[in-house]
Amino acid sequence: MTMANFTVPTVTNTVASTEGLVEKITVQNLDFFYGDHRALKTINVALYQGKVTAFIGPSGCGKSTLLRILNRMYDLYPNQRATGTVRLDNENILSPSQDLNLLRAKVGMVFQKPTPFPMTIYENIAFGIRLYEKLSKSELDGRVQHALERAALWNEVKDKLGANGQSLSGGQQQRLCIARTVAVRPEVILFDEPCSALDPISTAKIEELIDELKEDYTIAIVTHNMQQAARVSDFTAFMYLGELVEYGETTKIFTAPNDRRTQDYITGRFG
Amino acid sequence: MNEQHTAKAFDVDLQDLARMVAEMGGLAEKQVADAVDALAKRDTALATRVTAADVSIDELQHEIEEKAVLTIARRQPMAVDLRAIVGALRLANDLERIGDLAKNIGKRVIALNAEFPPPKLIRGVEHMTDLVLEQLKAVLDAYAHRDDDKAMAVWRGDEEIDAVCTSVFRELLTYMMEDPRNITFCIHLMFCAKNIERMGDHATNIAETVHYIVDGRPITERRPKGDTEISALAGMNS
Repeated sequence: MTMANFTVPTVTNTVASTEGLVEKITVQNLDFFYGDHRALKTINVALYQGKVTAFIGPSGCGKSTLLRILNRMYDLYPNQRATGTVRLDNENILSPSQDLNLLRAKVGMVFQKPTPFPMTIYENIAFGIRLYEKLSKSELDGRVQHALERAALWNEVKDKLGANGQSLSGGQQQRLCIARTVAVRPEVILFDEPCSALDPISTAKIEELIDELKEDYTIAIVTHNMQQAARVSDFTAFMYLGELVEYGETTKIFTAPNDRRTQDYITGRFG
Repeated sequence: MNEQHTAKAFDVDLQDLARMVAEMGGLAEKQVADAVDALAKRDTALATRVTAADVSIDELQHEIEEKAVLTIARRQPMAVDLRAIVGALRLANDLERIGDLAKNIGKRVIALNAEFPPPKLIRGVEHMTDLVLEQLKAVLDAYAHRDDDKAMAVWRGDEEIDAVCTSVFRELLTYMMEDPRNITFCIHLMFCAKNIERMGDHATNIAETVHYIVDGRPITERRPKGDTEISALAGMNS
């Protein structure tokens, strides 16, 4: 199949000014296929450095698929392929020569369900660091502590670092996963529905965390919770049926979106 | 846009709010008309009824506020829905103020008692009232039909009211200069005129709100301004 067979969808881009913004990830003409099924249709979007970009849309619209491309997660599965370019700092990460381990260290991911490893809290963090760096015990201790502090978990676990990571509460487990991601010093963090299994207080903690983390990282978040997208993100992309329908400043999208489909979706009018 | 939400009860909430605002608008219109009628006909009984009836407008405003807050809490509205709810709150506020201003005219009619100004003077105030009521009716229609063009026409049309208000002020000044015994009723009448002029301002506020509800963006153009009492005072010096 060639590009010529496809109609290129029009995207409403309402970003008023990109002045002072640095494109950390630039997605261009991205198509994605599960076998013969074209799940993403000519996606063009940018993630800005130090900003949170939220992807919203009904189930099956392709938002998680898009997220999984940004760290080549789909490579784990046969019959899945992406065409187009996704540049991370001007390097096309879709290129076959891309070192996937390096990419996944740069682009960390936090999933819907907390996924701590069946090992101690300390080892959950140290494990990833050891893969990439040789550190002394004290350096490693410092890094583990720092990661847990960044994830706002340190005070709750500092006295039980030897306990199993899976013994923590759901919210704590999710923050442990964030700490694990932060520990390897990524540049981009992808959140795929990070709060959908959490109670409101744990959710608020994660949102607070995202707000703090964006100073140092570029963040993308997929969420079904519209209020969450409105709260945590700077930019919002609305996707529908594999297309990017509208992209713009979050404040604009949630108060006065341009595209009717966006409006219908965020106001709960979708058929 | 699809007219209906997936959660039908949300539609009912929004319809209820719009209906309550429309009802409040109707009451406010009637209060304004009655107040000026009482002034023109020297009817203190009607004026008393006007001052008493204001409480039902206040009550409706409270109901609207309560309903709006509950709807926000329950539905977490977004985009056009959020604007509709915030808009209903703003409209209720403006309509409540219009009700207060009408009530104030009623009080002044009662205070004037038998000491009524010559009908000629009241005609200017009546003319202003006609203009304001037209504006108010048009803007409430614009709200009911989410008609941005109509709202913008109201927004631009406040100029004439301001101009008539200024000419009423000038006329009253001459009466006061002629005979100090005229001062009491002229001052009351001046405040009545000012009240009506303010009602016009509230109508333009409502027009801005309707524009916000429909369009989601603030108005960028500058509103044409007619003469204000300041130029009337300037006229006193000349």
